[in-house]
Amino acid sequence: MSRATAPVPDPTEPILSVNNIEVIYDHVILVLKGVSLSVPRGGITAILGANGAGKTTTLKAISNLLHAERGEVTKGTILFEGGQVQSLSPNDLVRRGCIQVMEGRHCFGHLTVEDNLMTGAFTRRDGNAAIRDDLELVYTYFPRLRERRGSQAGYTSGGEQQMTAIGRALMSRPKMILLDEPSMGLAPQLVEEIFEIVKKLNDEQGVSFLLAEQNTNVALRYAKYGYILESGRVVLDGEASALRENDDVKEFYLGVGGEGRKSFRDVKHYKRRKRWLA
Amino acid sequence: MESLHSILIAPFADMAAAPDFLIQVVWEGLVSGVLYALIALGFVLIYKSSRIFNFAQGIMVVFAALTLVGLYQMGVPALLAVILTLGVMFVLAVTIERVVLRPLVNQPDIILFMATIGITLFLIGLGETIFGGENKRMITSELYIPTGSWMLEPFGGFVSIEQRDVTAVVGAVALVVLLLIFLNKSRMGRAIRALGDDHQAALSVGISLSTIWVIVWFIAGIIALATGIAWGARAGVSFALEVIALKALPVLMLGGLESVTGAIVAGLAIGILEKVFEIYWGQPLLGGNTEAWFAYILALLVLLVRPQGLFGEKIIERV
Repeated sequence: MSRATAPVPDPTEPILSVNNIEVIYDHVILVLKGVSLSVPRGGITAILGANGAGKTTTLKAISNLLHAERGEVTKGTILFEGGQVQSLSPNDLVRRGCIQVMEGRHCFGHLTVEDNLMTGAFTRRDGNAAIRDDLELVYTYFPRLRERRGSQAGYTSGGEQQMTAIGRALMSRPKMILLDEPSMGLAPQLVEEIFEIVKKLNDEQGVSFLLAEQNTNVALRYAKYGYILESGRVVLDGEASALRENDDVKEFYLGVGGEGRKSFRDVKHYKRRKRWLA
Repeated sequence: MESLHSILIAPFADMAAAPDFLIQVVWEGLVSGVLYALIALGFVLIYKSSRIFNFAQGIMVVFAALTLVGLYQMGVPALLAVILTLGVMFVLAVTIERVVLRPLVNQPDIILFMATIGITLFLIGLGETIFGGENKRMITSELYIPTGSWMLEPFGGFVSIEQRDVTAVVGAVALVVLLLIFLNKSRMGRAIRALGDDHQAALSVGISLSTIWVIVWFIAGIIALATGIAWGARAGVSFALEVIALKALPVLMLGGLESVTGAIVAGLAIGILEKVFEIYWGQPLLGGNTEAWFAYILALLVLLVRPQGLFGEKIIERV
């Protein structure tokens, strides 16, 4: 229904563009101070930054889960496929094809893995057969989930839970997934496995990704473009390959720059990059 | 010695001496237990899906029964009145979601709890204004509920079983079975269980809270109507029914707020135990009327040992 009313997508325009948004929690706490970013159709874009930089808030502002935490987008606009989505409920947004996988996986612990996956199809109206097909598709991407389909999700491993969470999002047939900290608490090998699947989904299913990550190294290897957030502002952005070579990114986020110890006096401070008209 | 004997031995000797009477007592207890369990189920569903402790569940029983009887007295045929009452309960669910729950979303639990007390007071007023506060007779025979009784003769004694009680038990069991099938097999049921597990995640996958809340409150309304008919058939329809509905509170403490099984088992247990205690201990030793407090004391004792209730949801925690 609502899919029909959505504007006709133009392949060249970004699937998502966030223009200079400001987010305030509880009417007083200013968390995002003018964040702008865009994700091209079929792209993988990463938001990087330390704890508390505003990565999760940015994703929640887009998916509108902010509302449930008494947060509010007070300035700026968010466009998904060319249409404004700030006032849509998460439910409407999922219908339009934009779904968030939350940090910390958030599986339904008492439901089986398969039931978890099926909840992802809540918004769909295209019949059981199509949903069954997609369940099979999810199982081909995550063979491990097929083995664990009958176990309660709360008892599965961290990696399996992350797969369940991504698989659950896939069941809504999304055009875009907002993926928050997929690497959190996972062994390096599993992190690699998860990102491989993200890449595969991007290649084969054409799903666009916006991912928030602290693991800059992995994120910049899989993403095509990156934004670096510091205390609620975008301080740096660029092609992933360029960011990887940037000395300051190396120094602060990849931990490989410079020789020996460096005095903090030499550290360059970034000023806010103005993107008011973006 | 004398008192120990009357507490520990005499009651059991009585039971053994008149097993037919024991069966009668247990059956009576079972019937009220089934109804406690039903009311508790209404609580559990709402609590699971919205973390709201719905104080209004008791008054919903009265309101549903009152609406049914009131409509019948206004000249609506009995079966049509049932359908209309269901309609009223649905409208009530939608109204509560729109007017009370939606504006209060994200508020602390206690505020929502207070809101349900408000709903209680509102329903009392509304019911009384429209249908009057006097005791009414439930339209039992008009609803084709049999009113006779069967006499069984086990162990050479007599047990009398009211057919309306049998109907109540059968109806309640059918309702519970339907509810369990709905919760475990349907898309909406899965969403309700998901919501009970993780609110935020449910939101994130696009489960619509308002739809679920309307459904859950409507189910609570259906349960209220069923309970109202069953209790009304035994005791008449009046606001005194609400006190009986409050018996669901100890049932919840005993069974755990989130457990469907717990509500059923605890409801039956409390129904039977309070009746047996009343007959064999309460009346001879304590002067009777123990049914008024027995359930609460039992729940209190259980809480001392198991704060999450007997069937409180097992908290799955990975380390």
